[in-house]
Amino acid sequence: MTDAPILEIQDLRISLPAGGDRPYALEHLDLTVNPGEIVCLVGESGSGKSLAANAVMRLLPEPHVHVSAGRILLDGEDIGAKSESEMRAIRGDRVAMIFQEPMTALNPQKTVGWQIDEVLRLHTDLDRKARRARALEILGDVHIPDPASAYNAYPHQISGGQRQRVMIAMALVLNPRLIIADEPTTALDVTTQKQILHLIKEMQRQHGTGILFITHDFGVVAEIADRIAVLRLGELVESGPAEQILNHPSHPYTRALIAAVPALTPPAHKDLSAAPVVLRAQGLAKTFAARGGLLSGRRQAVTAVRDLSFELRQGETLGVVGESGSGKTTVSRIVTRLLDADRGEVVIGGHDLIHADRRQLRAMRRDIQMIFQDPMASLNPRKRVVDLIAQGPIVHGVPKAEAHARARELLSLVELSPAAAERYPHEFSGGQRQRIGIARAIAMQPKVIVADEPVSALDVSVQAQVLRLLADLRDRLDLSLLFVTHDLRVAAQLCDRIIVMQKGEIVETGPTAQVFADPQHPYTQALLTSIPGRDWQPPKLTDAA
Amino acid sequence: MNAPDIEPAFEPQLSRPSRAAVMWRRFRRNRAAVLGLVLFAAVVLAALLADIIAPGDPLRRVGVPLTAPFVDAATPLGTDQLGRDILAGILHGARISLLIGVVATLISICIGILIGAVSGYFGGWVDDLLMRVTEAFQTIPSFVLLLALVAIFGSTIGNIVIAIGIVSWTAPARMVRAEFMSLRRREFVDAARNLGVGNVSIIFREILPNALPPVIVFASVVMATSILMESALAFLALGDPNFASWGNMIGQGRAVLRTDWYCTVIPGVAILLTVLSFSLLGEGLNDILNPRQKK
Repeated sequence: MTDAPILEIQDLRISLPAGGDRPYALEHLDLTVNPGEIVCLVGESGSGKSLAANAVMRLLPEPHVHVSAGRILLDGEDIGAKSESEMRAIRGDRVAMIFQEPMTALNPQKTVGWQIDEVLRLHTDLDRKARRARALEILGDVHIPDPASAYNAYPHQISGGQRQRVMIAMALVLNPRLIIADEPTTALDVTTQKQILHLIKEMQRQHGTGILFITHDFGVVAEIADRIAVLRLGELVESGPAEQILNHPSHPYTRALIAAVPALTPPAHKDLSAAPVVLRAQGLAKTFAARGGLLSGRRQAVTAVRDLSFELRQGETLGVVGESGSGKTTVSRIVTRLLDADRGEVVIGGHDLIHADRRQLRAMRRDIQMIFQDPMASLNPRKRVVDLIAQGPIVHGVPKAEAHARARELLSLVELSPAAAERYPHEFSGGQRQRIGIARAIAMQPKVIVADEPVSALDVSVQAQVLRLLADLRDRLDLSLLFVTHDLRVAAQLCDRIIVMQKGEIVETGPTAQVFADPQHPYTQALLTSIPGRDWQPPKLTDAA
Repeated sequence: MNAPDIEPAFEPQLSRPSRAAVMWRRFRRNRAAVLGLVLFAAVVLAALLADIIAPGDPLRRVGVPLTAPFVDAATPLGTDQLGRDILAGILHGARISLLIGVVATLISICIGILIGAVSGYFGGWVDDLLMRVTEAFQTIPSFVLLLALVAIFGSTIGNIVIAIGIVSWTAPARMVRAEFMSLRRREFVDAARNLGVGNVSIIFREILPNALPPVIVFASVVMATSILMESALAFLALGDPNFASWGNMIGQGRAVLRTDWYCTVIPGVAILLTVLSFSLLGEGLNDILNPRQKK
């Protein structure tokens, strides 16, 4: 193996169709990946990082989006000069790709084995038996328990982490020179993410593969990168060795990005034991009974939440943390009674929300409001912003003119321009939409706000702003927050106390600082050690502004 | 300020074309749709001007029976075997066709939206019940059902319109149901519920506007088929004999099809162009309302 770079991108420029918000998706991009090296391409949404990956695979949606200048050299050969059939031979064989969402990247109609077999069939002369042996071998290499049964399984029959392992197995089966991994762990839980990152590193060490790793998450970068390139709106703002960029970033944008990474230091413990309890949940339980049809057999019922109790005090932020399937989202829906609980009670202001009749429930909705995860889906696309914010108060009898005036005031409270009132949600960016969602929640002047993963759909820098806004509003309006999240870094930023959930049960609860410093339950310990880049403390950058 | 502000502040664009202008631009891009609009305008114009161009009862006798077109200036499109002016029949028939198209479509779409929305929103046994009813209607060929309804209730124009509406609501209902089933799980519906908005309000004010575009496009198809159904009824001599309708004209002209083709072909072309205009309009509406479907 030579030390010549596997991938060289020289002065790459990708043009966007005319009439877009900018003429080029990427400009003057220079990047090299050497054998056995992991290069992280970091950037926020819209930075052009995924297009760069597609350009290497020559998978751009041409002719709308095309390479208009520069060269991409793979082992010294210009990819732009290849014919389509030569490209097909290169894809999968010398360059492989791992996608973000393994469920959609795998064909749901074919078994795992068939899909790995297909790669081998297309690129090698091996006979059926040899292909099967190779497929089983690679499945073993990526540490899938019982490769033989995984070989015959369909993608939906294995877990998300295993699906991503299968994707990695497919990418590795031909020992490619270069692997492009496009946010391969973003859709996974932290504990699984840790294993997958570990696996990618291990594979890369064994095979000397070069990896172009695309991500937005600086925690992951800190975990895995040898070198880092930072993209902003199609421009390479900074590149260099990982250690240098992470700890001594020089470009203001990189500094700002790193400053926006939430530090793993929980806020100072506030003593709230004297504050009144605003919400008390007692013995909540919810089981999803699988609805069997006449002909389809009964499926097993799933217990989402079993016997959950907690208290939320005035001015407190209580974090509900857990991985997917832990029941944390179910908790947020039960507490707001968007979902009916099987048992238990939620007491707000002396009334039980779970057993309230329709009239009481309507009145109680004022007291508990919700901020949703997806700021695009949670705002009705056909309503103006002012109508969205004023809707709640109007439903509860506030005159329209008054509600609209108040909605306009709220816009400035969430740091949006008053001109935003007449616009429709699609005219805003994700962070701005989430601000509208927050304004809608506080328009009702609630006692409690339930926030279900409010920042998980946002870029890091926007995430930091929205979190800051939430904390600020909580303190100013003396709100109590029930904050549901999978991201422990985010939880550490905002929460006074946290509840750690696993399989519908609370495994640990306590002040955030205490849980982070001295986790008692093995699951909490596993979660905390899985936080990507936990050994890397973002440097204190005082001048970042 | 500690955390950086990378996201730019919201700046309103000042010179922004209005919604209508944007829609018109999208519509205009589709030439076929513009043709559809022109044809539709022509039909509307014919209906409006019927009394001015051809005053009086279109069913009265005005000339020698079976005059060919372009022979007599008084009857430029000729006369049928009873000496009735074909041009007058076409113009007055446009009114009936439009009336049937619009009213029957409104009836079917309204029933469809109501049943589809309730079924899709509530689900469970409500959905089961309503969908079995819908299926019951769907198992009977719609034209056979239409014949039965008209035969039972009599063939006045009002009955025909209602009957056409009743036989064509099933497809819109299923469509609305499917839209509601996917939309009711969206977070904005949860958000509205969380604000204390009632079910009726959620169905009609939150979800329906989002479910409407495909239904509007489909309405143009329903309109076209309604006109065809009425023509087919009239062709079978089950139309309302007191009105000049294109179907009636074809049905009566059939007897002289081999010798005097124009008695059937002229109203036939009128039906063809009208139905075509609705189809093309529907296509244009699709471009306006679902801009993301096309690149």
